[in-house]
Amino acid sequence: MNKATNCTKAIEMIPDGATLMIGGFLGVGSPHRAIDELVRQGKKNLTIIANDTGRPALGIGKLIVAKQVKKVIASHIGTNPETQKQMIAGELEVILTPQGTLAEQIRSGGFGLGGVLTATGIGTTVADGKQVVEINGKPYLVELPLRADFAILAAHRSDYRGNLEYALTARNFNEVMALAADHVIVEPDHIVPVGVIPPDAVVTPFCCVDYIIERSN
Amino acid sequence: MDEKVLIAKRVALEMKSGSLVNLGIGLPTTVANYLAPGLEVYFQSENGIIGMAPAPEMGMVDPNLTDAGGGFVGAIPGAASIDSALSFGLIRGGHLDVTVLGGLEVDELGHLANWTVPGKMIPGMGGAMDLVSGAKKVIVAMQHAAKGKSKILKRCTLPLTSVRRVDLIVTELAVLEPTDAGLVLKEIAPGVTVEQVIAATEATLIIPDNVAVMPVSDAVATAAAV
Repeated sequence: MNKATNCTKAIEMIPDGATLMIGGFLGVGSPHRAIDELVRQGKKNLTIIANDTGRPALGIGKLIVAKQVKKVIASHIGTNPETQKQMIAGELEVILTPQGTLAEQIRSGGFGLGGVLTATGIGTTVADGKQVVEINGKPYLVELPLRADFAILAAHRSDYRGNLEYALTARNFNEVMALAADHVIVEPDHIVPVGVIPPDAVVTPFCCVDYIIERSN
Repeated sequence: MDEKVLIAKRVALEMKSGSLVNLGIGLPTTVANYLAPGLEVYFQSENGIIGMAPAPEMGMVDPNLTDAGGGFVGAIPGAASIDSALSFGLIRGGHLDVTVLGGLEVDELGHLANWTVPGKMIPGMGGAMDLVSGAKKVIVAMQHAAKGKSKILKRCTLPLTSVRRVDLIVTELAVLEPTDAGLVLKEIAPGVTVEQVIAATEATLIIPDNVAVMPVSDAVATAAAV
């Protein structure tokens, strides 16, 4: 089965108000053409789950600047002053989450778990309103799973079936997000014939991927 | 010696061969410049690499190899790239030997506040809360005061990063160790007196009979930095 499609069609599937997981760490490993297309199509009222909000002219930052986002769940917004500005103005809801907790919330969402227990955040404002469970005499926060309507990911290589390989630190959140959304769209640097990526090199298996964005539009 | 260089040089003395180390953005990153020659320390960057190395020369960087600040870096032979879940599994799971972080405030309980100034600066905690909660050893590397006000307090006033007690605090004036009894003055900087440290610190310090002078040397550290 050939899952390749073009960028316009892939992004047209996303309705206004959708919850999106977007891979990347300060734009490294983000699906840049898909983000540009989200801006071009003017999708509105998006909820974005991502490590960070990039920079104003980089990655997810472009969606913030274009005011297409109503809510962000991220670990860091410090590199995008526009995110802080909209948050302080009350135009954008931001839930700041420790980076490791965010990764585990996404992982538990994708792995069919009811959440995770972590010591991170105990005794801080992150614990406000959350359940605390004691295990072997030590307190842990109950952190609930996260899922999205769409995950939009970047990969280094995909075969036409959707087996994915990543490059160096461009892997980051892409790997866990691939399991945590109802529909998974991948923007690879290269699409290769099925069989070119050997089984041991596959990081994300093809069953997680629904659509592969072709290089040319 | 520049204050920040002194701090970085002193923190570098805490590194042991074979350690996996995560250095925070800013001053902590510069610790890597002052490691003793021959010391084999491995660096993790939480965005997904262990075995991080300095950036190669201009024109030879890989845009998919960056540190947690988004800057281009290199990798040693034998480095491993990992995803965010595994990266934080290493951090929380006791596989990271040392983390060095900057601080806004530290207090007598050894609590660190370093991620937000409500109403003024809300960048988010990034990986800091996981690092402080999970690393085997947490070293705070920061200047002793900001705008003339001590950053070492009886109790932190800013939101905490973690309630885990940090292991060591290194400033341009002193090395402090949080203990059950309170903050112990372990070392003073060259040319600084115990009285000067006490005067510059809001927190109450425990002063042992013998307080060593930081064993930092201009000559060795300068050679390592080149």
